[in-house]
Amino acid sequence: MSTLKFNGVGIRALAACVPARVIRNLTYTDHFRPEEISQVIEKIGVIERRFADDAICSSDLCYEAASKILLENAIDPKEIDALLFVSQTPDYRMPATSIILQNRLGLRIDTIAFDINLGCSGFIYGLAVAFSLMGNSGIRKILLLNGETRSRVYSSKDRQAAFLFGDAGSAALIDRSESFGESFFSLNSDGSKEDYIKVMAGGSRYPTSLQTMTERVVDENGNIRSDEHGFMRGGDVFTFVIKAVPADINRILNFAETDIKSIDYYILHQANKFINDHLIRKLKLEQEKVPSTIHKFGNTSSVSIPLTIVSELKNMAKGKKLLLSGFGVGMSWGSCIINLDKLLISELVEL
Amino acid sequence: MEEKFILDFKETLEIQNQEISGETRFRDLENWDSLSFLSILAMIDEEYNVIIEGNDFQKLVTINDLISEIKKKQV
Repeated sequence: MSTLKFNGVGIRALAACVPARVIRNLTYTDHFRPEEISQVIEKIGVIERRFADDAICSSDLCYEAASKILLENAIDPKEIDALLFVSQTPDYRMPATSIILQNRLGLRIDTIAFDINLGCSGFIYGLAVAFSLMGNSGIRKILLLNGETRSRVYSSKDRQAAFLFGDAGSAALIDRSESFGESFFSLNSDGSKEDYIKVMAGGSRYPTSLQTMTERVVDENGNIRSDEHGFMRGGDVFTFVIKAVPADINRILNFAETDIKSIDYYILHQANKFINDHLIRKLKLEQEKVPSTIHKFGNTSSVSIPLTIVSELKNMAKGKKLLLSGFGVGMSWGSCIINLDKLLISELVEL
Repeated sequence: MEEKFILDFKETLEIQNQEISGETRFRDLENWDSLSFLSILAMIDEEYNVIIEGNDFQKLVTINDLISEIKKKQV
């Protein structure tokens, strides 16, 4: 059973960066008329989101967030012993973006650096890997970076996905302190659902070709995309999530021997408003304990959890107990319960 | 249950001026689309504590089919 427990490790500082370019969903594309898509927009609850300009990569967003953390909290980059970069939109196919960031952030060359290829569950997985590494006394501090430019993954002519995703990057500084207390993780994977959310082409199984780049009508609703675009089976994702996520949240509460009342805030991956509202009702959570950013940043995959903390909990984080839940592409999902102690949250950065 | 389900169904899809009965083929309704499909899945989970998978849903045609699927899964 994949549950993990840690003691005396936590997030010391957190920052996030979003592109300055705001995309208003109603006027995003000429392909659909506003009256055609207003219902979709209302349902998913994404009023606007941020798109990175062509010259900006996931690593640039993370670099800004990481620099802010190091500078504002007077952290010596030489004290960082590991850098983890979680993304499914890396800068290159190789080398790993984490290694490029090691150099750019001025970290030592004996820094552990590697990428983790996960989507919406990626902040929970990243935290679990970082906390595990901290179990070794040789590791002093870790930078966990989550970065996504999902705006480039989906077709603007595919209603199922065109209005949902945004770009963002975050940086979390992982540190050791008795006052963090205990933390608990539950991690899961189900590859039988690999085709619920997927980009078919561009890897080894189905290499890029003229054919994979050709856009075509893919369903009876007239949605258009190519095999280089991501696709999403909305109904299947929904039924999966409303089954798997409440079960996982109950599992982590049981494992931590705590109850739903003792949690100060629930930070759910910002999938879309429809899914998240359903989860909140199903789990009978108090709405004011579940901050949301879906309306202004859309779904930013693994960045959505740290971005929501930075954006919504800036002056409310001290001493709070949080339950985080990330779920999506894979399917991969996980939850954790952590104490924020004296978490230092930087102002949201725009790039 | 049939009466309650039809009420829930109409309320979810904001249907006011259309007759809905057990024999209604829900996909033939005027405004039925992928969003209605999601809303109905969500309503069934919320009101009846039953989750119908996409593959199973594909096979259902009428309101009565939905009701029997719910009953089957509630056992």
